[in-house]
Amino acid sequence: MSSTLCSGGRGGGDKYVIGFEETDVRLGLGSTGRSGCGTNGKRGFPESVDLKLNLSSSPEDGHVGKCSEDVKEKSCRGGCDPVKPPAKAQVVGWPPVRSYRKNIMAVPPNKSEESEKACAAFVKVSVDGAPYLRKVDLKLYKSYRDLSDALAKMFSSFTIGNCGSDGMKDFMNESKLIDLLNGSEYVPTYKDKDGDWMLVGDVPWEMFVDSCKRLMIMKGSEAIGLAPRAVEKCKNRS
Amino acid sequence: MASPLSFPEEVLEHIFSYLTLPSDLNSASLVCKSWYSADRYSRRSAFVGNCYSLSPPSLVSRFPNLRSVEIKGKPHFADFNLVPEGWGGYFYPWARTMSVAYPWLREIRLKRMVVSDEALELIGRSFANFRVLVLAFCEGFSTDGLAAIAANCRNLRELDLRESEVEDSSGHWISRFPDSFTSLESLNISCIAAEVNFPALERLVSRCPNLRSLRLNRAVSIEHLPSLLRRAPQLVDFGTGTCSAEVHPEVYSNLVGAFAGCRGLRSLSGFWDVIPAYLPALYSICFGLTTLNLSYSTIPSPDLANLINQCPNLQRLWVLDYIEDSGLEAVASTCKDLQELRVFPSDPFIHEANVQLTEQGLVHVSLGCPKLHSVLYFCRQFSNAALMTIAQNCPNFTRFRLCIIEPHTPDYLTHEPLDMGFGAIVQHCRDLRRLSLAGLLTDRVFEYIGTYAKKLEMLSVAFAGDTDAALHHILSGCDSLRKLEIRDSPFGDIALLANASKLETMRSLWMSSCSVSFGACKFLGQRMPRLNVEVIDESNDPCSRPDNCLVEKLYIYRSLAGPRFDMPEFVWTANEDNSAMRSSLALSY
Repeated sequence: MSSTLCSGGRGGGDKYVIGFEETDVRLGLGSTGRSGCGTNGKRGFPESVDLKLNLSSSPEDGHVGKCSEDVKEKSCRGGCDPVKPPAKAQVVGWPPVRSYRKNIMAVPPNKSEESEKACAAFVKVSVDGAPYLRKVDLKLYKSYRDLSDALAKMFSSFTIGNCGSDGMKDFMNESKLIDLLNGSEYVPTYKDKDGDWMLVGDVPWEMFVDSCKRLMIMKGSEAIGLAPRAVEKCKNRS
Repeated sequence: MASPLSFPEEVLEHIFSYLTLPSDLNSASLVCKSWYSADRYSRRSAFVGNCYSLSPPSLVSRFPNLRSVEIKGKPHFADFNLVPEGWGGYFYPWARTMSVAYPWLREIRLKRMVVSDEALELIGRSFANFRVLVLAFCEGFSTDGLAAIAANCRNLRELDLRESEVEDSSGHWISRFPDSFTSLESLNISCIAAEVNFPALERLVSRCPNLRSLRLNRAVSIEHLPSLLRRAPQLVDFGTGTCSAEVHPEVYSNLVGAFAGCRGLRSLSGFWDVIPAYLPALYSICFGLTTLNLSYSTIPSPDLANLINQCPNLQRLWVLDYIEDSGLEAVASTCKDLQELRVFPSDPFIHEANVQLTEQGLVHVSLGCPKLHSVLYFCRQFSNAALMTIAQNCPNFTRFRLCIIEPHTPDYLTHEPLDMGFGAIVQHCRDLRRLSLAGLLTDRVFEYIGTYAKKLEMLSVAFAGDTDAALHHILSGCDSLRKLEIRDSPFGDIALLANASKLETMRSLWMSSCSVSFGACKFLGQRMPRLNVEVIDESNDPCSRPDNCLVEKLYIYRSLAGPRFDMPEFVWTANEDNSAMRSSLALSY
């Protein structure tokens, strides 16, 4: 699916030049499953600058060439990506369906009536130091790792500080949380149904998706105060 | 002897009070100074299409006697998460200014604005005769703000929270309507997530004899409906809550009786999670229905078709794509008065179709419903042939919005772009005011649009076109264009700068993930002082990058107010000083 989401050409010339990867970089979107297009993983800010400056000259080899071939034939981009893309779209705001409508759509009639009401669970995500919020649909992800990857890409254009070479990817790794708390790393916290701020990673993924109302990635030093309460709450639950 | 044209102002004002269209009043105000003055004092309602196009003080000084104000904030693409939080659209400055200038204000209608509880409290305190509050797609307030409205607006007639985001503080705001409060005519709380106090709601409905529109929220379960309907048999428009409880014979027959008692019902909505077995309870009032919104109902096609077959007078139908082509065939044969059809996607994020809904459904409706003029249709495949057929069947289209879920999807039969199909639409439908394009499209479709779509006011473009020529066709050809929104299309500096003066004739232009450079934005902003050229950039200060770097998002709108003062960190604007600057002054709300 992601292979077909090419955003069209760039520049004033009359040929398609760059495909989805270009938009990809600028929006900080993920590139999972597009190894056929030769994209790399993390997108840092210097990379996005480079690609933009390269616009007027010939594009990167490999994936772009492949994309523009398909584009010249004006057909679907099936050939661009040999790897099966993820089931759900990663393009921001596409298809153009309002979040309100996505959030309250019930399960279709052929699924079991006992399953959850909503097909989507949008929550606001803010990151300390980032100038704006994002909304993510928690139902798109299967695990803390998936969510962590997605958030890392979404917010990767900011300088995170000394987070280590993997950037934010590991911050939701449950075993690393204590380490992170001690340093100045980023710590993911969330507001649950009761309005309490909790550390991400304490509860099983499904329970988290059900109870999370808001995500905030705080600087480790600020999150330390949360830990005792979070631990307390966990004790009371189990 | 006074010339027949020099009437006293009061007489002029009285005459002008018969002119209802703003365009007529605007024309009258341009005739001469005394007419300008008469219009100025007699104008009772104002529509501000972009809250940043003028400042609140300039509105109140131009029209000192308004009774009704409608203001729109964020651009349309904010609905799809393309406008970051904190961008703007704050209502409070307007509330503050109007609270002083318009003590007799009666109606406020807002769309896509950030409305705080403080603003709502100010409304409650300031306007003694306040009657109508419509908050469409707004956010920033909680049920505390609603409590302030309920408690203080003694003459409130309409409270409509149309799909706004409301923070829940408590469900007891409904109880804040005093027992002496009886003037309510319309209440839409469908967007409120939490439960409202049901007994208080019942009492409210009981004591408001003029209540004609009631849209409940999802938290109201079906067994509560009969008591509400019995208290308000005069209802014209009703929105249910959730209808998923297992069908009990008693509840069901109660429902049948209650609906049967509402002979005046013309519009139905809600029906979250409705079990199809409940639908026959509606049959007694289906004949009179003109509006049916089932877009939150996952009813399968056969049950939908059965229901629709009971509704021959339907004029507006909103459904999910579960209706499938077969259900739309039923619509085509039964609903001969149909004017508006909206088909929403049930699962917009999967690649393969989960339902049998194709272009054929829309073709059937276009053939069977001669009055159809407004369409919003989400599907996964289309063809030029189908578009041409639809265009020929429905030359009266005013709104045609198509969305093919997968971007760049060509004609599934010929694998060609859909240029010819949309070309047929604009050629046949000369009254088209709003158009959303879909599928694989080259520059050619834009040539057609620029040539034929002379009445087009709003155009939405996504993943389309090849070169700047396309944008140039739109800007130079569409004489009536007011709003243009473009995403992920390769349009750049050339067309934009070549048509700079056109932008002053429009309300706004949105371009995201296109090919406009920061340098061009600066140039445009410096040369066109009556345009606000705003660059939204998530990563960093675009001033620190070369001018030929592309901007992520661009929002250009005409304004008499100059650059705004409430821009967040990630919005930049060009001023006249030959350097790009942004203002980080923030007003608190």
